[in-house]
Amino acid sequence: MPYRLVKQALRKNKPDPRFFTTPADLKPSYDVVIIGGGGHGLACAYYLARDHGITNVAVLEQGYIGGGNTGRNTTIVRSNYLTPEGVKFYDESLHLFQDLSEDLDLNLFYSTRGHFTLAHSDSAMRTMRWRAEVNKHYGIESELWSRDDVSRSVPFMDMDCGGQQPVLGALYHAPGAVARHDAVAWGYGRGASDRGIEIHQKTQVRGIRIAGDQVEGVDTDRGFIACKKVVSCVAGSTPRITDMVGLRTPIDIRPLQACVSEPLKPFLDTIIVSGSLHVYVSQSSRGELVMGASVDSAPLHSTRSTFDFVEDLADKMLDLFPFLGGVKIVRQWAGMADMTPDFAPIMGITPVRGFYLDAGWGTWGFKATPVSGKTMAYTVANDDDHELIEPFRLSRFAEYALVGEKGAASVGH
Amino acid sequence: MKLLRCPHIGPRPVSEFTYGGEAVAERDPEACDDSAWADHVFNVNGEPGIRREWWHHGPSGIWFILDRDTRTDTVVRILDREEVTGG
Repeated sequence: MPYRLVKQALRKNKPDPRFFTTPADLKPSYDVVIIGGGGHGLACAYYLARDHGITNVAVLEQGYIGGGNTGRNTTIVRSNYLTPEGVKFYDESLHLFQDLSEDLDLNLFYSTRGHFTLAHSDSAMRTMRWRAEVNKHYGIESELWSRDDVSRSVPFMDMDCGGQQPVLGALYHAPGAVARHDAVAWGYGRGASDRGIEIHQKTQVRGIRIAGDQVEGVDTDRGFIACKKVVSCVAGSTPRITDMVGLRTPIDIRPLQACVSEPLKPFLDTIIVSGSLHVYVSQSSRGELVMGASVDSAPLHSTRSTFDFVEDLADKMLDLFPFLGGVKIVRQWAGMADMTPDFAPIMGITPVRGFYLDAGWGTWGFKATPVSGKTMAYTVANDDDHELIEPFRLSRFAEYALVGEKGAASVGH
Repeated sequence: MKLLRCPHIGPRPVSEFTYGGEAVAERDPEACDDSAWADHVFNVNGEPGIRREWWHHGPSGIWFILDRDTRTDTVVRILDREEVTGG
């Protein structure tokens, strides 16, 4: 190591190591085109190459990789969902996450924290008990904790929340974790690129050509690409893509806002979520409090953030941690969440042959990055839905077979 | 959009209002088959652009319809009551 250090110090040119290189030109055709170079799109590319040997693939990203919701979430990974379909799916994702740093040979700073979902009412306690039982049935560490147990574990929290909404107990999920979200996208991108997949940034899809009911290719701002298979992994831009192929979906776009405080001494080593107060918070390895709330109350195709959000969130945070009164918010942002009526994703094959949808990720997409990549890659390779995503098919709405994940997918419902 | 004009009592803080979904023509459930009804109940026009929506003003209890640009969060036009009910 010292020799390498000296060599590096004496070197005149010190080029930054590149994660991947991109060929200058698009090829006239690919086997598969993935629209969207976020975590989901790059993970799909990675597993297509690694598990199915499909490498003649282009990932098209209109901005830069990981610049959408992959870089805008609050990085929480958990699997304590409410429905059997959701629990099995997200638990597979959590297990993939646990090995992912080694798999991608990149430190994702995956940090298992323990995850508390606070209950402030009898009805919330009932939902937590229900979730704990469903979770335990599927072998997931999830249990109901009493007010005293929570208090011992999170000593700085005001258990009475200013007297308004006392904490009665909590659902405790030991495997709940946080990870560095940018690294997930970059790791998958490098892994895909190393296996021969092309990642083209600053390349926007303008249209999708269909002959009969079969995909024939995509029109981009850099020309036409012929391909028989297109995967849409574009989160908040999904309605624009589904319009290109004439598919109607129940997806509504709402901004989801988040913010971070200035760095503080470490005091919070768990993840705290309160459905009643509509907030969640964890402390990053840099000491910043990473905080979020529920989605905005009306649809909007914009990543603008608002003062109203910070004001409301600060109010609720002070109920939980009154001593944060003097702490400053240093950054706030928003992402466009593609919300679905049942708070479950929409994935898999569609009525358009060769058009695959990975959408409806609303406020629950980051934690599903590995499993969505893996199951979508299977679906694209075999032209048939993977069994884990079969309940999330687009046709479930026409069949009135909704998944009903509202009670566990995000805060504020 | 910090203020919204209630058709009855004028500009009020937007926090007094609730979004009530896309305003689409009601369908007759008896005249629809299951898939047409599912399309009516679940599917929405998610395209960015000007969209016709229901909004509710809490304090006065009034429902009304407006056209809003979902790219910029600006209200283009608030429909008159006569326009909504057809006179």
